Amino acid sequence: MIPRAAALLLLAAVAACAAPPDGRRSGYEFMGPGTRAMQDDDATNPAMLWVLDGEALWRAGAGDSGRACADCHGDAAASMKGVAARFPAYDASRKKLIDLDQRINLCRTGRQQAPALAPESRELLALSAYIGRQSRGMPIDIAVPSEAQPLLEAGRAAFRRRQGQLNLACTQCHDRLAGEKLAGNPIPQAHPTGYPIYRLEWQGLGSLQRRLRNCMIGVRAEPYAYGAPEYVELEYYLMWRARGMKLETPAVRP
Amino acid sequence: MARAIVKVPARARRGEIIELRAIVAHVMETGFRRTETGALVPRDIIRRMVCSYNGVEVFRADFHPAVAANPLIVFTTLAAESGRIEFRWTGDNGFDAAESAPIAVE
Repeated sequence: MIPRAAALLLLAAVAACAAPPDGRRSGYEFMGPGTRAMQDDDATNPAMLWVLDGEALWRAGAGDSGRACADCHGDAAASMKGVAARFPAYDASRKKLIDLDQRINLCRTGRQQAPALAPESRELLALSAYIGRQSRGMPIDIAVPSEAQPLLEAGRAAFRRRQGQLNLACTQCHDRLAGEKLAGNPIPQAHPTGYPIYRLEWQGLGSLQRRLRNCMIGVRAEPYAYGAPEYVELEYYLMWRARGMKLETPAVRP
Repeated sequence: MARAIVKVPARARRGEIIELRAIVAHVMETGFRRTETGALVPRDIIRRMVCSYNGVEVFRADFHPAVAANPLIVFTTLAAESGRIEFRWTGDNGFDAAESAPIAVE
């Protein structure tokens, strides 16, 4: 066991050195060595169970069209590479922001003529984990066209707005107190580098919106409904704030 | 059948201690939780995991309600001969999952 402990320590030291010079750090770097090891090995990362489901769904025909994702998009390893790093994205024809889960459902209802998948359903999480997995290691690359600038500002304003009975803003914990402790746990910088994540507390996979919902309940604010534009704006701002950081999807978090 | 991921070294020397890893998709519902209306959520857990090496049982584990969802089991065995290592999980509500991987021993 000693060599393994030493190896994990070394790994931790290397990861600490790899922090970008601007001081932004992924939630990964706030985790203990055991949780990191769980994420690092695809044979122990429980989120890979969803990725395998997603791969099967990618190839399975759905809806009245009977078409599969693969019938249009082909091999996800090529066609979906880098896609998750660019979402949420501004859809000029719909004049709104669309996150990856909404993009998947647009394909389902529009192209496959299948019913939309429910938020946080095993199928939707499996597909977004599988698509996200194709961008692992790639830098987050969020485009902000001029039409989307007000939406980015709305997300930024939401991050800075005090809310809930506790009257707290995201920025108070995740900018000013990041690295400190909340109830014994380290407060990360809130960079959404690994969604959907396998959260040990959840005993399952969950989306960034589920995580945002957690924080809103934590400050005793009323959470929005899944898919609400307020969530997508906040996702957009958070991904923009983490631009250039590497995607770890599917990540493990405590 | 439920998803399972196993990790077996592709090759090993005869007599070498090898590490095996196996993870399986399962909710592991404890049977102690209640719904919003107070009804008990029925227990739904894996009861047993068995690992066989060329048909010979080399490892067995009994699971209980406190085991986490999607349980990961890591253990070691001796590399004896080339063949297949099979993992099988059985449990409540007729749960039955299996996964296997080959190993070459020289």
